Amino acid sequence: MSYLESNLKTIPTGISKVLYLNWALVLLLSAVASVGFLMLYSNAGGSFQPWAEPQMKRFALGMVAMFMIAMVPIWFWRNIAGVAYIASFILLIFVEFFGHVGMGAQRWIDLGFMKLQPSELMKIALVMLLAAYYDWLPLEKVSRPLWVAIPVILILVPTFLVLKQPDLGTSILLIAGGAIVMFAAGVSWWYFGAVVAIFAGLISAVFMSRGTSWQLLKDYQFRRIDTFLDPSTDPLGAGYHITQAKIALGSGGWTGRGFMQGTQSRLNFLPEKHTDFIFTTLAEEFGFIGGFSLLALYAGIIVFCLISAMNNKDRFGALVTIGIAATFFFFFAVNMSMVMGLMPVVGVPLPLVSYGGSAMLVLLAAFGIVQSAHIHRPRGKR
Amino acid sequence: MKRTPTETAASTRKISRRALFLGGSQVAFMGVLGLRMRYMQVEQADEFRLLAEENRIRDFLLPPARGLIYDRNGALLAENEQTFRVVIRKEDAAELDAVLMKLEELIGITPEDQARVRKELKDAGPSAPVIIADRLSWEDFSLVSANGPALPGVTPEVGLSRYYPLHEDFAHLVGYVGPVSSYDISKMETVDPIYTIPKFQLGKFGVEAKLEDVLKGKAGLRRVEQNAYSRIIRELDRKEGESGANIQLTVDHKVQNFIHARLGGESAAAVVIDVETGDIIAAASTPAFDPNLFVRGISSAAYSALLENDHRPLPAKSVQGSYPPGSTFKMVTALAALNSGAVTPEETVRCPGYVEVGGRRFHCWKRAGHGNLNLVGSLRHSCDVYYYEMAQRTGIDKIAEMGRKLGLGQEYDLPLSGINSGLMPDKQWKLAKRGAEWVVGDSLNAAIGQGFVLATPLQLAVMTARIATNREIVPRIVKSIDGVEQPVQGGAPLELNENMLRAVRQGMYEVLNSNRGTAFASRIADETMRMAGKTGTSQVRSTVVNNKEVPWEQRDHALFVAFAPYDKPRYAVSVVVEHGGGGSSVAAPIARDVMLFSLYGAVPPLSAYPSSQQNTIRERFRTLPLIGTEAEQVERSQA
Repeated sequence: MSYLESNLKTIPTGISKVLYLNWALVLLLSAVASVGFLMLYSNAGGSFQPWAEPQMKRFALGMVAMFMIAMVPIWFWRNIAGVAYIASFILLIFVEFFGHVGMGAQRWIDLGFMKLQPSELMKIALVMLLAAYYDWLPLEKVSRPLWVAIPVILILVPTFLVLKQPDLGTSILLIAGGAIVMFAAGVSWWYFGAVVAIFAGLISAVFMSRGTSWQLLKDYQFRRIDTFLDPSTDPLGAGYHITQAKIALGSGGWTGRGFMQGTQSRLNFLPEKHTDFIFTTLAEEFGFIGGFSLLALYAGIIVFCLISAMNNKDRFGALVTIGIAATFFFFFAVNMSMVMGLMPVVGVPLPLVSYGGSAMLVLLAAFGIVQSAHIHRPRGKR
Repeated sequence: MKRTPTETAASTRKISRRALFLGGSQVAFMGVLGLRMRYMQVEQADEFRLLAEENRIRDFLLPPARGLIYDRNGALLAENEQTFRVVIRKEDAAELDAVLMKLEELIGITPEDQARVRKELKDAGPSAPVIIADRLSWEDFSLVSANGPALPGVTPEVGLSRYYPLHEDFAHLVGYVGPVSSYDISKMETVDPIYTIPKFQLGKFGVEAKLEDVLKGKAGLRRVEQNAYSRIIRELDRKEGESGANIQLTVDHKVQNFIHARLGGESAAAVVIDVETGDIIAAASTPAFDPNLFVRGISSAAYSALLENDHRPLPAKSVQGSYPPGSTFKMVTALAALNSGAVTPEETVRCPGYVEVGGRRFHCWKRAGHGNLNLVGSLRHSCDVYYYEMAQRTGIDKIAEMGRKLGLGQEYDLPLSGINSGLMPDKQWKLAKRGAEWVVGDSLNAAIGQGFVLATPLQLAVMTARIATNREIVPRIVKSIDGVEQPVQGGAPLELNENMLRAVRQGMYEVLNSNRGTAFASRIADETMRMAGKTGTSQVRSTVVNNKEVPWEQRDHALFVAFAPYDKPRYAVSVVVEHGGGGSSVAAPIARDVMLFSLYGAVPPLSAYPSSQQNTIRERFRTLPLIGTEAEQVERSQA
């Protein structure tokens, strides 16, 4: 009888599971989402339409999904990880050929009631599959080259498809999320050192490819990098987003201009103010205090997830929690770096705050898995 | 995968260590984000706050109302009229096709205009206004305004534009304004921000141009909050500008109008000045043009038609045109000779029809000769030989000195465009400009107002006024600025011998009032308004032929100068009809009509004319297109 099975009896069952939810995490998620509602309400000029109300409905739907997923034992999710990965992969292929064209990139599947973005699903499915893989893999094989190559391929194949869409932001999130699971599972430091070295080489290759026949990035992606490096070169074109975002953020000061008083957002100087650049509205209207508070809420979510993972003796549960937390971290870290001018504009939304259906639903579903891992973690004999 | 408790413990330990490392790195990165946020929001806040303000706040200059221009009696010469136009901006032009169709139906904008709007919108910025229709009638404008909901994106606008109610009468004096161009700005030393207002009207010619600084006023300021698409959200502040100062000119619009009508289609100029003050009562140049055309932006076809017209409508001939004064110059020669003691008024000179000087024959206009003539007779008959003799006795330098004393060759400081100083030549001038010695033949030509001598109609009027008053009359055109009366310049005594002047005036009197005078037919019959004057016929080619047989542009210029009333002079008049033929037959009758109109302040009664001419005069006045007459209405409607 394994350690896991011997302790199953202490795991809560039935309706009592609700008591064992990570309620702190639920509270933090709701707080972050509420910040989003507030900003969407403000961005609409003090109206629940057209953004805040649909967002609230989606959040409610997402929360229901989260609870339902949390109630399902974690081993079920481990067992279907492979299926989830394959399904997401097929959908990715599908959008490659039949995707709905939005924003010049083929990223959607229209389900009628919502537009599904398979790359969102893939982020979670990849983390699940890798966690399941390392749960299955004997510990001593973790750092062997062949057993390292398998997860690398599992990461790179969907990444390649997403990059082709082209969606640079999601590609980064896929690689980062997958790499974190590998790292947490104990893959040797050397591999990561080597990858960083190769990555540096790749970046230089990307820049060298510019203007040649084997150009590795689209022109608009190059332009984004250019304007990131020097936004003033194109103040009304591509640099406009960065410049205006920085102005909005910077002009917030300590306490901000006050709720619904942000001139940059109210007068439409901010591009995408309800989606990717929503953080600037918060920073403009609530200043450093507001922006830092949101950052603290995010930090809280990460910390609670990691504590849950560290206390989880189930390898799959721990790894999947770390992987989802990392994916979530990269979401907001990339988004905030982008609006603060620390990174080029890559089109990553601010998780749970930016207006958008599939990202919110998928993230809440993922936290459902985190909750499931938390509820169904093995407990010591009492 | 089932593991032993040891394996599980090892796995958990490893995951925990790595999770701690990950958590640490993630929190550290969040710390970096926090610091960056603090740096931007606290340290750089002021800088970004300023940029945000620059983003949203925009200042617009408000064009002030341009100063009005009146004549001496308070009639408007230049005013500001409200203009109505409709504009559309690219950001609002989503339903352009429907809008244009509706506008075509409402106010009948042409397909050409529609094509122009489409083209301009394509090139325009998102919020730059593109004019769909300018200068709409009030009716059309109300139609557009009332149909606002059916015309999304169309903005009706009200502005001010210059309007010249008297059309061509003051085209050359008041001039005109036009939209400021980058060329205009490049010529300015310091650029008033007012000129950055799009389509701001700037004086381009005449008083409008020369007194631009007085007329333009001060711009107001409108501070607005606008959004990223330059759409104005609200007005934050508004400071109205100051209207430009009003200007009153010395001119009388009725006299000016009469002259324009009387000169008809001739290429001619006429000036009336007040002999006491130098006030320019009228300074007309025909043909003229409608300055309103220039305000609106003249079509290139209309402009080239003006340029190519051989009667030259564009320049102000009254001050810009310089002509050989011909026999009207003889008073100058006479006064120079008298003043230098070369001749006395009574002394007679015999005219055999020509003189021979330096082996060359100089003819009198009367080949048969005039016989013996004294000064008065020489003027009455306009004998050339008498003045050939005076030129030889007096010398050019003294003649030139007298000419300048009487106002010739002088440039007057008037706010008018293209003022010409004419030419009063002397020995030094010829040496400097022509590199040749002055010869006696030059003096002979100059003595009868030919050769190098050139004068503008305004100078001839000033000369006549000075002869009439023996005072240094200086012309002025601005009577008051912003209600402040402008001082009369000059007026100092010329200190010419009054007896000599009297003889010259007597000669001028006999030109008109002696039945042997050259302009006897143009005399004034009204005893209280007797006119004295002098004819002039200046040659534009060297050989004497019959004027009727040569093309228009080779015919002689007809000139006439006069002052009246003879006993108590009030006005001096000069008339130049380019290629008009004889001064006595063409210019003198015009001068008489102009003089009488000025004296009466209205169309003169027939009793002022000799009874034998009254029928012709009546007929002539009946058809003149004067302001307010039926003939004027007809003429305006045809134009």
